[in-house]
Amino acid sequence: MDVPLIELSGVKKSFGPVDVLKGIDFKAYAGQVTALVGDNGAGKSTLIKGLSGVQPYDEGVVKFAGEEAHLHSPRHSGALGIEVVYQDLALCDNLDIVQNMFLGREEVTQGTLDEGSMEFQATKALQSLSVRTVKSVRQKVSSLSGGQRQTVAIARSVLRNAKLVILDEPTAALGVAQTEQVLNLVRRLADNGIGVIIISHNLADVFQVCDSINVLYLGRMVASLKTSETNQADVVGYITGTKTMEGVA
Amino acid sequence: MATLTPTEIGSGHEGNIRDQITAYGQRLKNGEMGALPAVIALLALVVLFASLSPFFLTTMNFANLFVQAAQLTVLASALVFVLLLAEIDLSAGVTAGVGMALFVVLHQMMGLNWIISIIAALALGSLVGWTIGIFVAKIGVPSFVVTLGLFLGFQGLMLVMLGDGGLFRLDVPELKAIMNSNMPVWGGWLMLAIMVVVSLGLGFYDRARRNKAGVANRPVALMLSRVALIAVLGGVAVAAMSVNRSVSVVPIDGVPIVIPIVIAILFIGTFVLDRTTFGRHLYAVGGNPEAARRAGIKVAKIRITAFIICSTLAVVSGILAASRIGAIESTAGRSIVLSGVAAAVVGGVSLFGGRGRLIHAAIGALVIAIIDNGLGLIGLPAGVNFLVTGAVLIAAATIDALSRKRSGGGVRV
Ligand SMILES: Nc1ncnc2c1ncn2[C@@H]1O[C@H](COP(=O)(O)OP(=O)(O)O)[C@@H](O)[C@H]1O
Ligand SMILES: [Mg+2]
Repeated sequence: MDVPLIELSGVKKSFGPVDVLKGIDFKAYAGQVTALVGDNGAGKSTLIKGLSGVQPYDEGVVKFAGEEAHLHSPRHSGALGIEVVYQDLALCDNLDIVQNMFLGREEVTQGTLDEGSMEFQATKALQSLSVRTVKSVRQKVSSLSGGQRQTVAIARSVLRNAKLVILDEPTAALGVAQTEQVLNLVRRLADNGIGVIIISHNLADVFQVCDSINVLYLGRMVASLKTSETNQADVVGYITGTKTMEGVA
Repeated sequence: MATLTPTEIGSGHEGNIRDQITAYGQRLKNGEMGALPAVIALLALVVLFASLSPFFLTTMNFANLFVQAAQLTVLASALVFVLLLAEIDLSAGVTAGVGMALFVVLHQMMGLNWIISIIAALALGSLVGWTIGIFVAKIGVPSFVVTLGLFLGFQGLMLVMLGDGGLFRLDVPELKAIMNSNMPVWGGWLMLAIMVVVSLGLGFYDRARRNKAGVANRPVALMLSRVALIAVLGGVAVAAMSVNRSVSVVPIDGVPIVIPIVIAILFIGTFVLDRTTFGRHLYAVGGNPEAARRAGIKVAKIRITAFIICSTLAVVSGILAASRIGAIESTAGRSIVLSGVAAAVVGGVSLFGGRGRLIHAAIGALVIAIIDNGLGLIGLPAGVNFLVTGAVLIAAATIDALSRKRSGGGVRV
């Protein structure tokens, strides 16, 4: 396997006396979907916040595409091409899809917003993900379903030329059909060469779409598995702590 | 949208005029009603009062109505900038009063040049807006409380500046002319010609830019009919104001000077809201401040700027008020602010933030002015006016809340 897109070694994070991340090693590759699973409180969100620069790690080495990286702030992460799609999506209901996708980085020509150019690029980004569920890029986001909103949020990261997209529980609030749509989208994101990290509680989803599965248990990475070489029962064992890499506890 | 195959992603610009009309109907169904309820109310009121009072549709009253609405339009437009953020400025009226009090002190008491004094009044408005903005955006005091405090405090300040019962006649003919004089007849037609040319120019400019970007354009006929509508409605209005409307021997004709001023304010404000990043960010902050923040927008800066625009424009409405009555009183601006809020909301500006345009403020101001004017003409007791305006405001806010539910917004706290 070639150089990981992102590689964490010995990453630690504490909140006062509480050690939340106790020396994590983790890799994710471009063009692959990497799952991060674990019970509530295992430290998944904390690990992600370190990558997004919102909450930098205390210790450890982060390498991005083989180069050591210092993720001190969201700006550093953004500059490297790390985009997080948050659970609560961060879209403006009163704006349309194009306006949301370009929010904060609008294109201006001749002193005014270049709506045509933004519309074109937003449409292309959606098309590159073979999105079929969105009728018009000028729909208000308030009129979209949960799955469509997730689609817009993910497409926004494509538009920003993201190299690594991190999705926090992307299907948690969705029905069956919409979950399917979003999982397909995640797969296409990876097929386009982007590295994807997905946090999920739904192992069926994880096994459907992920290339590898990483299990956090109480702040330690207890398993890093190829999806093809494991099964749901094993992963459940790692998540609940009844199984370790060495054997059954 | 018949022309779109299911795999294509459109933009709503595709298709012929019929597709466009269908799409518009769909937006209405989704609760994006905009100014439509207000336009319907406006037409209904015109029909109602025209049938009740023979004087209502005279050219004299017509011109009066526009002048009445003009002042309210500017105040309501000012408020739109903060309403879009789901904030409020209850002090807008008295800020206008304090601005004009400063004008009296500088110009009429200290003898300073009137233009400099007006600029100082506008600057004071900006300073007030900046102060409100700091309290709201940096310290986190609700705008309702900050501006209610200023509403009380400024009434006192005006008394201090102008004296109890102070009333100063406006002695600048240029300022008095704004609300009381008319342009020559050709001026009205020139104004209309400029409006049509600018609308056409912007329409074709937008189309050219979309073409260059490689995205679909709506049928050109749609843009042309919109401009034609402006030309026809504007033509009727200018024509009506171009005939002699005097009931005495001194002829009165021409479009009131205030009209092009208000249209210019509406045009510039709309341009800023629709076509600049500031405008886009203002809507974003009003829709979801957290999303705006995560997108890298400086939310506090947007909020402060909105309050500065609001208070400064409020002083402009104060100038119009002073021009209309030809005097500045120590009690100026106390009651007008609620009419301003009513005008904006009646016109379709959402109190929940993120939705509304300046044209809504103008249409709402016309509705409020017509109620005021019409009820006066049919000679109902003064109290009825307040009752009806209050009822219309509540009706408008109800439509706002209901359409918000329909468009899936829910109630935000
Ligand atoms: N800002 C914080 N301050 C103190 N403790 C925290 C903070 N953030 C997370 N924690 C603790 O760290 C642990 C892991 O949290 P989190 O990363 O959110 O887990 P997960 O996302 O896997 O459910 C939890 O015990 C949580 O209480
Ligand atoms: Mg979590």
